Amino acid sequence: MKPPPGRRLVPAYLVTGGRAAPADRRAAGYDRLAILTRSDSTPSDRFGQEHHRLWRLLRPGPLTLVECAAHLRLPVSAAVFLAADLVESGHLHIRPPVPPAQRIDRTLVERLLVGLRALH
Amino acid sequence: MDSAPSTDRIGYLPDRDQTLMKIVVTGPFAVGKTTFIRTLSEIPTLHTEEVMTQASAPHDDLVGVPGKTTTTVATDFGRLTLADDLVLYLFGTPGQHRFLPLWQDIARGALGALVLADTRRLDHSFEVMDLVEEQGLPYVVAVNTFPESPHHPDEVLRKHLDLHPGTPLLQLDARERSGCARALVALSEHVLARLPEDDRTAPEDRP
Repeated sequence: MKPPPGRRLVPAYLVTGGRAAPADRRAAGYDRLAILTRSDSTPSDRFGQEHHRLWRLLRPGPLTLVECAAHLRLPVSAAVFLAADLVESGHLHIRPPVPPAQRIDRTLVERLLVGLRALH
Repeated sequence: MDSAPSTDRIGYLPDRDQTLMKIVVTGPFAVGKTTFIRTLSEIPTLHTEEVMTQASAPHDDLVGVPGKTTTTVATDFGRLTLADDLVLYLFGTPGQHRFLPLWQDIARGALGALVLADTRRLDHSFEVMDLVEEQGLPYVVAVNTFPESPHHPDEVLRKHLDLHPGTPLLQLDARERSGCARALVALSEHVLARLPEDDRTAPEDRP
């Protein structure tokens, strides 16, 4: 496969089209651990190269938003914009880190402890 | 051109319902946060850089505007699958107050924090502990026992750190897996002790 890319060619602020994260309401609720999965339709050419990079990254399986940002060498805030655009157009699906019917309660923390105790 | 990264070595999540939890690993500069995460993470440690604007500009962009200062702050993270449907993420976050916006973002929804300390400069952990307390996160303090750092008994460290009696303290070597795992167990037990006892109403039972 290709060698890892060098320093990115497109500065992060251009990826977002100059938008600043807190101002965009669509960005609200995009937790850095939100899980992104791909749908089957290919984004059209009206999306930029960075959108396509994100979409290609997710071909083999789901990743969290923060992992996408790291692999694409983008700030999380920039990855949020790309993801929000592609979710809006139906090319990506997004799930919260904790399923809506689940909560961080004793049962969950007890399960976490079982897993952690098994580590050592 | 700037292509998508090779996907060969990327640890994708299984394509089914998952619960992702997070713990913040924090502490002063060079205290061993990344080492700790690397020791436990099942994926190679990942890295993001955030640009933070310090002047207020609610709906402006960041491009070439004079009079604004921007800082880049790096965070490392890793992850640990603990059950088929349960994954724990560890976020290494600098413990300086000037990174508060990033801190708030990362701390949101976090289970708790592990504060790392070095006996050569315990006072550097004070700011970190303040920050964690301000965020209302339960935490434990783990002293990373560097070979060249003086060793002290727990009671002495507790006194110097001015730790609340209920805050767990432990000593570990951030390169060593079992000690790091024990620290996360201590943190999770501490979190569990603070959670309300009778909190098992399933969401579907609620009106």
